[in-house]
Amino acid sequence: MNKIVHFTVDGTECKAEKGQYILAAARANGIWIPSLCNMKGIRPHGSCRICNVRVNGRPMTACTTPVAEGMTIESNTEELNDLRKSILELLFVEGNHFCPACERSGNCELQALVYRFQVQVPRFAFQFPVRTLDASNPKLIKDHNRCILCKRCIRGIKDQQGRSLFAFKRRGHKVEINLDPELAGSLTDELAQKAMDTCPVGSLIRKEKGFDVPIGKRTYDKNPIGSEVEQPTVNE
Amino acid sequence: MKASVQKVLDRYKKDPTRLMDILIDTQSEVGYVPDDAVVQIAGSLGISRVDVEQTLSFYHFFNRKPAGEFQVYLNNSVVAGLYGRRRIAEAFEEAAGCKFGQVSDDGLIGLYDTSCIGMNDQEPAALINNVVFTRLTPFRVREIIRDIKAGKKVEDLVVEGVGDGENAGKLVRSMVQNNIRKIGPVLDPNHEPGEALKKIAGMTPEQVIQEIKLSNIRGRGGAGFPTGLKWEFCRKAHGTQKYILCNADEGEPGTFKDRVILTQLPRLLFEGMALAGYAVGATEGILYVRYEYKYLQRHLENVLAETRKKKLLGKKILGKEGFDFDIRIQFGAGAYVCGEESALIESAEGKRGEPRARPPFPVESGYLGCPTVVNNVETLCSAVKIILNGGDWYKSFGTKDSTGTKVLSVSGDCKHPGIYEVEWGFSVNDILDMVGADEPQAVQVGGPSGTLIGPDEFDRILCYSDLSTGGSLIIIGKQRDLLRDVVMNFTDFFVEESCGSCVPCRCLTVLIRQKLKKILDGHGVKQDIEDMAAWGPLMKFNRCGLGQTAANPVLSSMKNFRNLYEDKIQKDRSFDCGFNLQAAVAESCWAVHRKPITEENDHE
Repeated sequence: MNKIVHFTVDGTECKAEKGQYILAAARANGIWIPSLCNMKGIRPHGSCRICNVRVNGRPMTACTTPVAEGMTIESNTEELNDLRKSILELLFVEGNHFCPACERSGNCELQALVYRFQVQVPRFAFQFPVRTLDASNPKLIKDHNRCILCKRCIRGIKDQQGRSLFAFKRRGHKVEINLDPELAGSLTDELAQKAMDTCPVGSLIRKEKGFDVPIGKRTYDKNPIGSEVEQPTVNE
Repeated sequence: MKASVQKVLDRYKKDPTRLMDILIDTQSEVGYVPDDAVVQIAGSLGISRVDVEQTLSFYHFFNRKPAGEFQVYLNNSVVAGLYGRRRIAEAFEEAAGCKFGQVSDDGLIGLYDTSCIGMNDQEPAALINNVVFTRLTPFRVREIIRDIKAGKKVEDLVVEGVGDGENAGKLVRSMVQNNIRKIGPVLDPNHEPGEALKKIAGMTPEQVIQEIKLSNIRGRGGAGFPTGLKWEFCRKAHGTQKYILCNADEGEPGTFKDRVILTQLPRLLFEGMALAGYAVGATEGILYVRYEYKYLQRHLENVLAETRKKKLLGKKILGKEGFDFDIRIQFGAGAYVCGEESALIESAEGKRGEPRARPPFPVESGYLGCPTVVNNVETLCSAVKIILNGGDWYKSFGTKDSTGTKVLSVSGDCKHPGIYEVEWGFSVNDILDMVGADEPQAVQVGGPSGTLIGPDEFDRILCYSDLSTGGSLIIIGKQRDLLRDVVMNFTDFFVEESCGSCVPCRCLTVLIRQKLKKILDGHGVKQDIEDMAAWGPLMKFNRCGLGQTAANPVLSSMKNFRNLYEDKIQKDRSFDCGFNLQAAVAESCWAVHRKPITEENDHE
């Protein structure tokens, strides 16, 4: 049995096993800290910066920082919520996100967060970048217009020898997701589906299959993102 | 080509963590890294092609296609600009017959921009096939291109002779000047290699760390973490293999002190690394040098070999059982962010130079997951002097909270640009007097990521509690356009050098540049100033020091030179979309013989 540590999130007393990341530890205590580039089962990376919290006053990403005894964590503050909203707006103006035409609508984590943070008109100027859509692979469409560069596919999708199918290319605002031409040739249906499920937005879409969940039954149709964590739990 | 790439792969034992070296050597063999080489390297290392590509495409000195037999990288730092870079660039384009970012039709010459190459004291400067050319004039540019076209070799293009000190050594033969203007205990040329190592042979590692802690020295790269504490953390960290990484990736525009130390005092530096190795229990060291200093490679390798021969590196140093330490040199390939310690580690492992999430800190989990100390060149050199003379002696220099000396790199509008080793506690005014800066309008302290101050703050003191700096001081004279010549250049720099990982850094650098350009173009309104001021604080939520400071050029100039912004905005309107419709449709209007609609002829 691991050691139990005590900490507070926005004043609520919590406990968790030592070594757990703040994000997961808070969720286990019924507190939702918004996140986007993080995904259960994939090594955390902390690049979207949405899960930034203040740990004893210092900004830290909740997905990469382990809880420690006596930590005072602030998350639901005006400053941090404005940061999160800003990041969502930045992602919207940086790419080309047209929800009505996107297969991922209703199941999209970016869209769900945007609703939850009530983003209406971004404070930043739309960039309308010219980006490509790559449909050359028989199983998978890669649409750079919608990509938020969260690296979930890079971290989560490997072949049997542990080689990466996806990787970044270039740097800064010119960065782009690159799909390995050799490994992608032998992409299985299973791995293609996993890639699509790993993508938080509609950037990786399977071919020959689509829109199979009707409106009304999509993940975020009825309940906002985060509500799955915030429902009263009966742990004690 | 296949055989030469194979030779490179064998040289590094097909080790994927040596991908940087493999790509650097491949490029030096082939001239660029072609698709076939990427396939071959990926296959041989057992990684995917996109993994090779992600490292390859991160660093700006790597080429994926033929980039010219002679590759001209012209520095585009602020100081180069002040010294007439624009005319140099035009001369290159005219003589070479191609634009920057292009290769001449015959494939002979490629012209490229590059961020500060560490020659701010002798601008405008360029690298041509790794050979440094300083103090360029349009006339010299025409001569150089003429000689290239006449078939001369790159080293024969230098007609200025060689610089001072080791720059004239037979393994360097460079026209670079050291410009050492003030010597202190660290830059003192009278260093007898091995003296400090002899001294520590009689000390325990803990005693060595104690002496460093006593001196109160803090990291000289800019972040200022106490060195003794870092060493102690690493010493206490669990792990049988530990590493000392020396950060010689000085990429902060305006910094060039490490260039001079690497040129004149590599023996002192290697001794400092061995000493750190002894203190923390590391047997391996890596000197990570920026690619811009590739011209020093043979010199550094030679000094390493000589130091090994003297038993000051290698197994059983000075005959002491168990004191093993050796060093390898790792070159970067052009990326400012690699100066951040965890990005430097990633790069040394053959990956993209993206900073890591912390914790864990490198002292617990650094190079290859092992406890690692990353220290600046100057810190390690200072450590040797501390061990030789004692922590109390070191504390006799500087101020109470900032002990010792600091090597400053001074450049810009002054009579004597160069490096100055001063005690902490000098005021900016003292320095301006020392370097002969007669009419300074502003001083950029600590490079673009630092602070831009005006005359009313020139009495501020260089120390960790007031004006903290990694040592770059750029003096901007009265005659300059601060926003256009300085702030815009720095803003471009951060857009270019962001790794692209964190959202606020990747996106906001670009958006802030747009706003600044809008203001400089005369389209700005009050709201634009307010927007930049409101967005700036979001940057502190980025992961690394680069991202956290990437808006500093704008934020700091808005704080101290607000009037410059206010003078440029339109007072009579509160909104301007910044988009010129007439200009955008001018060409199509011309094509269909119609007049663009303007406010004047709108009602006709």
